[in-house]
Amino acid sequence: MKFSNVMATAGEWLRGEGPHHQIVVSSRVRLARNLRNRPFPGWAKKAERTSILDLVRPRVEELTEMQDSFSEGLQELSALERQVLVERHLISREHAAKGVGSAVVMNRRQTLSIMINEEDHLRMQSIRSGLQLKQAFKLVDKIDSALESKLEFAYDPRLGYLTACPTNVGTGMRASAMLHLPGLVLSELINQVIQAVSKIGLAVRGLYGEGTEAMGNLFQISNQTTLGEKEDEIINRLSKVIETIIEKEHDARQVLLQKKSNTLWDQIGRAYGVLTYAHAMASKEALNLLSIIKLGVDLGAFPEDRRLPIDELFIDIQPAHLQKSSQQKLNAEERDHLRAQIIRERLKLFPKPDISKMARESGNGSIAQDLK
Amino acid sequence: MLCDVCKCNDATVFLTQILEGKMQKVNLCDACSKEKGVQDPTGFALADLLLGIGAAEEIEKGASTQKCPVCGFSQADFKKTGRLGCSACYITFAEGLNTLLKAMHKGTEHVGKFPQHAHRAMELNNRMRALTENLQKAVAAENYETAASLRDQIKQLESDLAS
Ligand SMILES: [Zn+2]
Ligand SMILES: [Zn+2]
Repeated sequence: MKFSNVMATAGEWLRGEGPHHQIVVSSRVRLARNLRNRPFPGWAKKAERTSILDLVRPRVEELTEMQDSFSEGLQELSALERQVLVERHLISREHAAKGVGSAVVMNRRQTLSIMINEEDHLRMQSIRSGLQLKQAFKLVDKIDSALESKLEFAYDPRLGYLTACPTNVGTGMRASAMLHLPGLVLSELINQVIQAVSKIGLAVRGLYGEGTEAMGNLFQISNQTTLGEKEDEIINRLSKVIETIIEKEHDARQVLLQKKSNTLWDQIGRAYGVLTYAHAMASKEALNLLSIIKLGVDLGAFPEDRRLPIDELFIDIQPAHLQKSSQQKLNAEERDHLRAQIIRERLKLFPKPDISKMARESGNGSIAQDLK
Repeated sequence: MLCDVCKCNDATVFLTQILEGKMQKVNLCDACSKEKGVQDPTGFALADLLLGIGAAEEIEKGASTQKCPVCGFSQADFKKTGRLGCSACYITFAEGLNTLLKAMHKGTEHVGKFPQHAHRAMELNNRMRALTENLQKAVAAENYETAASLRDQIKQLESDLAS
């Protein structure tokens, strides 16, 4: 599979319709694994790193799940292509900075990506739409079991899987979900929620900013510790907390609809107006306005079939995606123009926000359904 | 506002993370946030960054000039990177690491998944130990028939282990 194929289709997680997908954008689980007694990538010399890559990569490529996969050494990818993979959450920023001796292998559906020689020899990640941490874990767990029969992983009976950074030792697992929480942000309850969640050993952070300033009202919640707890215990705990946050978000939206409907409609109307007519738009402004439009879809102000174009825009307006699609390098000003242009074009088919529909559905619309 | 790491570029990435009820803030520039892998939410924990200094101090409590016999990694290297050199470093620097892990994690012992080969190797090793002990006893007691049978079993087990 070629890079152009990757570029041509969005990952399945974006198009998918997992449980609670209105609020939970995606669920991810990654496992860190290393080869026994071989230097970790950050400490290995170039020749050692390359020999580890040559040992690991064929074992990864021959996995059943990796039939017709995209597999490439990092040095074979342009800076822009690497950045595209980062914006799609398929590789980490750290991995994008690597060159000779590192590689990425991912399946056609873009639901499974394996980074070789990132911080650890293997970083295996599964990504799903909506709240599906268990399913995401199931896939990486299966991949891990298939690989451990061919590669000898560094493991200690007392400390579990041994990782380059002591914060990952034990299960080597980081489970996370990306949540869209405009209701909690607009009603200024988000910091309270963050405080409460953090007291139980989980981490919440804005995806590209902090607290109420998180861009696009997107928040990442993940487990903080990896030693002393079983994988399914960590995932169950995290899932329960996320379900509670989903309820809080729905509650906040209900209160907004009932008590501050004018403010809400004003926000949605303004977002629609600016996105439809602006000719220059920075990332931050675009993400924040798109977040409000996405909320509008959730509340019924826009038809349900407009959801996917909005979700896709969240990815397509990122800097590398813009430049890759226009096939040239752009400076910040040119990017802002192109971004506004793409958004205007996609919103052409967008009907004006239907406030009456939204008001009618406020009692027992999509919110009530999702809560069941 | 300046970057907390390099202290020379303007900070563009602002992180707040609340860990066990304590709020921690870090401001980073573009370059440092990329270097630290900050923008990869699954790969990064603010704890790494904040524990970087403390972690090195903990490890220093162990033997001072020690180097990992497998990879040659030293404490000074850990201080620089906040990462270890290889899996054997966990044995070399066990003393300092144990304190650190205790502070970092929920528990001190792994209770999750383990690789099948680790399980199998452990069983085979236990059997090998038992057979070797019995063989010594049999030889000491001049019970040559038993000893011969035990030697055969050990040979078989050795080939199992090699496979
Ligand atoms: Zn800096
Ligand atoms: Zn070592």
